[in-house]
Amino acid sequence: MSKFLKTDGRHRKLEGWPLVFTILTTLSILVGGTVEFLPLVLLESSVPTIESVTPYTPLELAGRDLYIREGCANCHSQMVRPFRDEIERYGEYSKPGESIYDRPFLWGSKRTGPDLARLGGKYPDLWHVRHMEDPRSTSPSSLMPPYDWLLRKDLAFETIPAKMRGLQTLGTPYSDADIDGAIETAQNQAAQIARNVSANGGPAGLESKEITALVAYLQRLGADLKKSTS
Amino acid sequence: MESTQSTAHPVSANPNTLTIRYDDQVVRYFVIATVIWGFVGMLVGALIALQMPFWQANLGQYLSFGRLRPLHTNAVIFAFAGNAIFAAIYYSTQRLTKTRMFSDAMSRVHFWGWQAIIVSAAVTLPLGFTTGKEYAELEWPIDVLIAVIWVIFAVNFFMTLKIRREKHMYVALWFYIATIVTIAILHIGNSLAIPVGMFKSYPIYAGVQDAFVQWWYGHNAVAFFLTTPFLGLMYYFLPKAAERPVFSYRLSIVHFWSLVFLYIWAGPHHLNYTSIPEWAVSLGMVFSVMLWMPSWGGMINGLFTLRGAWHKLRDSVVLKMYVIGITFYGMSTFEGPLLSVKTVNALSHYTDWTIGHAHAGALGWNGFMTFGMIYWLLPKLWKTKLWSDKLANTHFWVGTIGMLLYVMALYSAGVTQGLMWRAFDDAGRLLYPDFMETVIQIVPMYWVRLIGGLLYLSGMIMLGVNMIMTIRNAPEKPTDAAVTVSA
Repeated sequence: MSKFLKTDGRHRKLEGWPLVFTILTTLSILVGGTVEFLPLVLLESSVPTIESVTPYTPLELAGRDLYIREGCANCHSQMVRPFRDEIERYGEYSKPGESIYDRPFLWGSKRTGPDLARLGGKYPDLWHVRHMEDPRSTSPSSLMPPYDWLLRKDLAFETIPAKMRGLQTLGTPYSDADIDGAIETAQNQAAQIARNVSANGGPAGLESKEITALVAYLQRLGADLKKSTS
Repeated sequence: MESTQSTAHPVSANPNTLTIRYDDQVVRYFVIATVIWGFVGMLVGALIALQMPFWQANLGQYLSFGRLRPLHTNAVIFAFAGNAIFAAIYYSTQRLTKTRMFSDAMSRVHFWGWQAIIVSAAVTLPLGFTTGKEYAELEWPIDVLIAVIWVIFAVNFFMTLKIRREKHMYVALWFYIATIVTIAILHIGNSLAIPVGMFKSYPIYAGVQDAFVQWWYGHNAVAFFLTTPFLGLMYYFLPKAAERPVFSYRLSIVHFWSLVFLYIWAGPHHLNYTSIPEWAVSLGMVFSVMLWMPSWGGMINGLFTLRGAWHKLRDSVVLKMYVIGITFYGMSTFEGPLLSVKTVNALSHYTDWTIGHAHAGALGWNGFMTFGMIYWLLPKLWKTKLWSDKLANTHFWVGTIGMLLYVMALYSAGVTQGLMWRAFDDAGRLLYPDFMETVIQIVPMYWVRLIGGLLYLSGMIMLGVNMIMTIRNAPEKPTDAAVTVSA
């Protein structure tokens, strides 16, 4: 070791060979990542699948991308840790198999607001519309910014098929028929949510707006797991 | 800005010697960019710090918290710290290799390309174009540009090493090598995605694997963008300012190799208790704890370099800044392993403690090392005295107090909220079942954090004023430094 560290030792020689130095550095930084990552990809047991977990519907997928666009994950996690207090507060802890269709994953790293992994079905659609338009109307001392533009902006239904095509390439089991009928499927689901909202006294005409997609996505969160336990 | 008298070809009167003129113009560019983007990044930081206790400060869709927070982190990491490390690398590499940079054109493409990346980030993030992956939010066209510019930077740097006139590479260069190689691998590895639109893509990884790759990247961006290049900066600029050699050559070898080897393993500690397999998280935790040693190796080598020179601190704002910077490096690299330990992480994760930790590193280590370097470089690059030592000293104190207020407020907020989330009453029910109760409790701390941040920002403004006034006093075309070597 001392031969190596002396001021005229072997390391000094290495300092005269930038190429060798760079190769050794590269090898050093590749070891850790490789050892940790390969088993995650190669071992199926790393991510046990859950039968009831299915891909997002076209509208939910569009809603998920709005969740990403607005940066919701900056303040909300989607990862219930296996602790008594978290299970009590949010519900069943999160399983690896739940996020197999999540590109990107949205587990988050900060809870300025509560975790949302088990949000689906907790509140009616209208609650979400009101909450996004003015968070204080449903949660009086909330710090959340309003997202009222989601009620005004039209949803870009036409971008959905290309997104599903991309995900299909990556392995999400969307059929060609799913993709061909995606816009219609999304419009039907949006119409259903919009009807539900207006029937309960909410604003009318939301079926073409972004808010319906976001509501569809939020109502889906954790829903697959409930399907499997019920 | 015009490129000044660049003499790409060595000239000399004496046939047995060569005079090498360094390219200091590109360093001037990077220094100015550091100060401008530092101000912008911290200003956005102050705005989002205000948005947390005061939601009315969310100014419509383009300026709401969710879109501005990534703008703040990207601006501070890649624009402020990024330009600072490029200034450090271009200044010190030329001197350590006794040669001008390999290609002036590549240096200029690197500078302007990097600024173009920053501007496109500042436009696309408020528009809502984001991958949603922390510190890697920029969408695929910008990711491609980053990769191209980084490769140009790498070629320019390694070719400069190739044509060096100094046989042995000094320790600062080792850290630059590690930085350039690893950032390229991390950026490309984490950004692999398929485009589904002009500004929309989906990563090739999903769920658990995506989480792992993201934090392999995220943690090591801290390691190889905010740590190794700043250690290189420390190894060059601290001994210069202190006029003392580095404390220990042996220590620098040992801590360099252990640091670059161990850091990569620590990523999974960002995913404690999540759906990542238990073995991976435990491995991440063990390596994080081991990482404490090489990190403190760097701190010790830095602080001990000042042995016998501590009295110089009284008169040198540069050394004062370095001492605070290195001390905060030591504190946050002790805190990091602590937070990676599962039992601590169970409390701290998802709270403001993490944000406090990140800012101890960013404001304390990256910020103060950058400020120290710039105050030292200003007179050298512009061939004139620093405009005001007094203002620089005020910056030092305002910055230090601001940073302390900032981190104390968030430690307190984090621990408070973490304890409230897990509190049970005697009957075994949650003591604070309403999440809102735990938020209201920490709102005062958010205001204190804002005050701390504003103090730190005002220090940044003082640096800006000092820089502008110093440049105004500079000769019209400051000459670049030169060195004479034997032919």
